[in-house]
Amino acid sequence: MEDLILARIQFASTTLFHFIFVPLSIGLAFIIAIMQTLYVVKKEEIYKKMAQFWGKFFLINFAVGVVTGILQEFQFGMNWSSYSRFVGDVFGAPLAIEALLAFFIESTFIGLWIFGWDKLPKKLHLACIWLVSIGTAISALWILVANSFMQNPLGYVIENGRAEMNDFFAVITNPKVLVAFPHTIFACFATGAFFILGMSAWKLLQKKDIEFFKRSMTVPMIVGLISTLGIAFSGHSQATYLMDAQPMKMAAAEGVWEDTADPAPWTLFAILDTDKKEASARIEIPYALSYLAYGKFSGSVEGMNTLQEKYEKEFGDGNYIPPVKTTFWSFRIMVAAGGLMILLTLIGLIKFWRGKLENSSKYLKWMIPAIFFPFIANFSGWIMSEIGRQPWIVYGLMTTADGISPNVSAGSVLFSLITFSLIYTLLAIAMVYLFVRVFKEGPFKKATDDLHVADPFSEGGVANGAK
Amino acid sequence: MELSELWFILVGVLFVGFVFLEGFDFGVGMGTKFLAKNDTEKRMLINSIGPFWDANEVWLITAGGAMFAAFPHWYATLFSGYYIPFVVLLLALIARGVAFEFRGKAHSSAWVKTWDWAIFLGSILPPFLLGVLFSSLIKGLPIDENMDMHAGLLDIVNVYTVVGGVAFVLLSYLHGLMFTGLKTEGALRERANRAAQKVYLATGIVIVLFVVLTGIYTDAFANRGAILIPLYIVAVICYLALLPLLRKKKEGLSFATTGLIMVLVTSSFFIALFPNVMISSTDLAYNLTVYNAASGAYSLKVMTIVAATMVPIVLAYTIWSYYIFRKRVTHKEHLEY
Ligand code: HDD
Ligand code: HEM
Ligand code: HEM
Repeated sequence: MEDLILARIQFASTTLFHFIFVPLSIGLAFIIAIMQTLYVVKKEEIYKKMAQFWGKFFLINFAVGVVTGILQEFQFGMNWSSYSRFVGDVFGAPLAIEALLAFFIESTFIGLWIFGWDKLPKKLHLACIWLVSIGTAISALWILVANSFMQNPLGYVIENGRAEMNDFFAVITNPKVLVAFPHTIFACFATGAFFILGMSAWKLLQKKDIEFFKRSMTVPMIVGLISTLGIAFSGHSQATYLMDAQPMKMAAAEGVWEDTADPAPWTLFAILDTDKKEASARIEIPYALSYLAYGKFSGSVEGMNTLQEKYEKEFGDGNYIPPVKTTFWSFRIMVAAGGLMILLTLIGLIKFWRGKLENSSKYLKWMIPAIFFPFIANFSGWIMSEIGRQPWIVYGLMTTADGISPNVSAGSVLFSLITFSLIYTLLAIAMVYLFVRVFKEGPFKKATDDLHVADPFSEGGVANGAK
Repeated sequence: MELSELWFILVGVLFVGFVFLEGFDFGVGMGTKFLAKNDTEKRMLINSIGPFWDANEVWLITAGGAMFAAFPHWYATLFSGYYIPFVVLLLALIARGVAFEFRGKAHSSAWVKTWDWAIFLGSILPPFLLGVLFSSLIKGLPIDENMDMHAGLLDIVNVYTVVGGVAFVLLSYLHGLMFTGLKTEGALRERANRAAQKVYLATGIVIVLFVVLTGIYTDAFANRGAILIPLYIVAVICYLALLPLLRKKKEGLSFATTGLIMVLVTSSFFIALFPNVMISSTDLAYNLTVYNAASGAYSLKVMTIVAATMVPIVLAYTIWSYYIFRKRVTHKEHLEY
C-alpha cells in the first residue's frame, strides 16, 4: 500500500508542478506573439520592447516547463508500469504524436526566436514565435487526448489482456477532449493574461515606465476577457459532458448522496459529512444544476448512493465514491476564481475605455493578487478532474491501485519523491529570484550590463566584470 | 517486414539520432569545465549549442513516446526496471536544462558557478548512464515471467557496463570537441583541436576494451556477429582516419567521423538485441521480443502513417535551423541571451 500512496503523491505533485509552468508558457507565448505582430504591422518600437520584456519571463518559465515535462514523459513507465502495459497500445500513440508534432516545433522555433532577433528577417522571426505558440497548443491538445482516454475510454477493444486501439478517430474525437481542450486552452490564455496584467499593475502603482506598462495591458485585457468568457462557456460544456460520462464525479462535486429534486439546484456552499453521507447548511441556487448538467431548467441528478449501487452491480464490490470533500471544494474554488476573473477583466476594460486605468489604484491593487487566481483555478480544476475520477485510473477499466509498478519498492519511490521535491523546490526558488530580478530591472535596463567584459580573454569575464 | 520490426528500427533510429545530436551537446557541456578558460569562452560554448540542445533532447522524448506507443511492454519493463538510474538521469537533465537558461540571467559569481556545475554534471552523467543502460541491456537482466525486471545494483552497474558508460562519455566529449572546432573561433577553436588529439587515444583504448568485454560478457557476437563484426571494422577505420583529419584540421570531416562512430556504436546495441528488446538473465523464455512486446497491428499502422508524414517535415525544419545558425560563434558578438 505504501508504494501506492507514495507513487500517487509523486505523480500528483510533479504533475501539478508541471502545470504551474504549462499554462503560463501557453498564455505568454500567445500574447507575446500578438505583441510582436503589432510591432511588425505597426512598426512601433514599443511593441518590440514589450515582446522582449515579457519574453524574458516567458523564457525563464518555459525552461522550467520543459524540464518538468521530461519527467512526466517517463513517469508512466517508471511508476505506473502495469498501467502502461494495459493502455500503452492506445495511450502511447497520442504521447508519441505530441512529441513528434508539438515538442519538435516548440523547441526548434524557440531556439530560432531567442537567437534570431538579429539573424532573421522580421517576418520570419515573427513566424517563429507564432509557431512556438501553435506548438504549445498542439501539445496541450494531444496530452488532453491521452488524458481523455483515461477519463472516458473510447476507440478500443479489450484483447490480449489489455486495451487495444481499434478506432483512432474515436480516440481523438473523444467528447471529453472536445470540451476539455477549449476549457484548458482558454484557462492557459487567461493565466498568461492575468500575469501580464498583474505585473503591469504593480509597475503602474510604483509609477514606473507608465507609458510602457499601460500599453502592455491592452492586449492581455482583451485576451483576458475573451478567454475568461470562453472558460465559463466551455466549463459549462464540461459539466454537461460529466453528467453523461462520469455521473459519480458530478455527484461528488455537488455533494449529493441521494438523488436530487427535479429541477436540481446548484449548491453554493454546504458542510459535508462524509461518514453520515449527508450535507447540511446548504446554500442553493435553484434550477442551476439542472442547467449546468443538461442545459435546461429541469431534470434531476443521481446521487452517490444510487450510483454506488449501480457500480457494485456492474463492477463488483468496492467503494466507487471518490474523495467527496476534495472534489466538492475544488470545483467551487475553480468556479469562484472564474467568476472573479470575468468581473476583473470587465471592470478593467471599462476603466480602460474611459482612459482611467493607470489612476485606478484600487483596481490595480486587486490585479496583483489576481495573478494567482488562474493558477488556483488550474490546480483546482485538475484536482477535481483527477481526484474525482478515483478509484479509477482508467474510468471503468482499471483502478489506480492496479496501475502501479509491481517491481518498484516503496523505498525507491521515497528516494525519487524526496530528490524530485528537493530539486523542484530549488527550481522554484531560482525562478522566483529571476522573476523578481527581471521585474526590477524593467524593460529599459541599459544594454551595457551584458557587456561588462573588458578583456574577453581574462579570467572571470562577466562573473567578475559585473562586480 | 512486420510493422513491429519497422518500429524497432524507428525506435533505434530515434535513440541513435539522440546520441548523435545530444552527444555533442553533452561534449560541449563537458568542455565548459575542461576546455573553456574564462567566462566568455564558456558563454561561447553554451551559445554554440544554445539554439539546438532543446530540440536535440526532444529526440529522447520522442524515442520514449515511440517506445510507449509501439512497445508498451518494453517501455514499462525498461523504465520501471531501471528506476533509480532514471531518477538520476532525470535529475541531471533537469538541472542542465534550466542551467542554460538561468545562467546568464543574473551575474553574481555564486549564481554563475552553481549553474556551471549543473551544466557540467548534467552533461557528463547522462552519457555515462546511457552507456551503462545500453550495455546492461545486451548483457541481460533478471526479468520474470510477468515481464517485470527485478534488478539489483550489481546487475546494472558492473565492470562491463561501467566501461560502456565511460566509452559513451569519452565519445561524447570527443564529438563535442569536434563541434566546438566547427562552431567557434579563435583560441577556443585551436584548443578544442589540441584537446581532441589528447582524448583521441583514451577513447580508442576504452572502445577496444568495450568490444572485447562485449565478446566476453554477452552473446552479441554469437547472435549477430555477421553484422557486428563488419560494423566494428568500419568503426575502426573511421577511428584510424580521424587522427590525420584532426592533424590537418579538417573540422567538418572530423565532426562527421566522430558522429559516424557514435552512430555505429549505438546501432550496434540495437543490432545485438534484435529480435529481443530485453534479454532475461533468469530464463531466455522470458525475453521481451519485438513481437511479444509490441502494440497491436492497428495501433502500429496508425503510428506508421503519422510518422511517415511528420518525420520528413521535422527533419526539414531541423536542418533549416542548423543552416540559419551555420556561422561560427565569436567573442565579438552579443553573447548574453
Ligand atoms: C495543457 C497542457 C499540458 C499538459 C496537461 C501537460 N503538458 Fe507537458 N508541456 C506542455 C503542455 C502540457 C507545453 C506547453 O507544451 C510545455 C510546457 C511548457 C513548455 O515548455 O512546453 C510542456 C512540456 C513538456 C515536455 C518537454 C517538451 C520539450 O522538451 O520541449 C514533456 C516531455 C511533457 N511536457 C510531457 C507531458 C506529460 C507526459 C504530461 C502528462 C502528465 C504533460 N506534459 C502534461
Ligand atoms: C497537467 C495537468 C494535470 C494535473 C495537474 C494532474 C493532476 C493529477 C492529480 C492531482 C492526480 C492524483 C490523484 C490521486 O492520486 O488521488 C493525478 C493522477 C493521475 N493523472 Fe493527472 N493531472 C494532469 C494531467 C494528466 C494528464 C495529461 C495525464 C495523462 C496523459 C494524467 C495522468 C494521470 C495518471 C496516470 C494518474 C494516476 C496516478 C494517480 O492516481 O495518482 N494526468 N493527476
Ligand atoms: C467559470 C466557471 C467554471 C466552470 C463551470 C468550470 C467547469 C469545469 C469542470 C466541470 C471541470 C471538470 C471536468 C472533468 O472533470 O471532466 C473543469 C476542469 C478544469 N478547469 Fe474549470 N471551470 C470553470 C472555471 C475555470 C477556470 C477559471 C480555470 C482556470 C483558469 C479552469 C481550469 C480548469 C482546468 C485546468 C481543468 C482540468 C482539465 C480538464 O479536466 O479539462 N476552470 N472545469
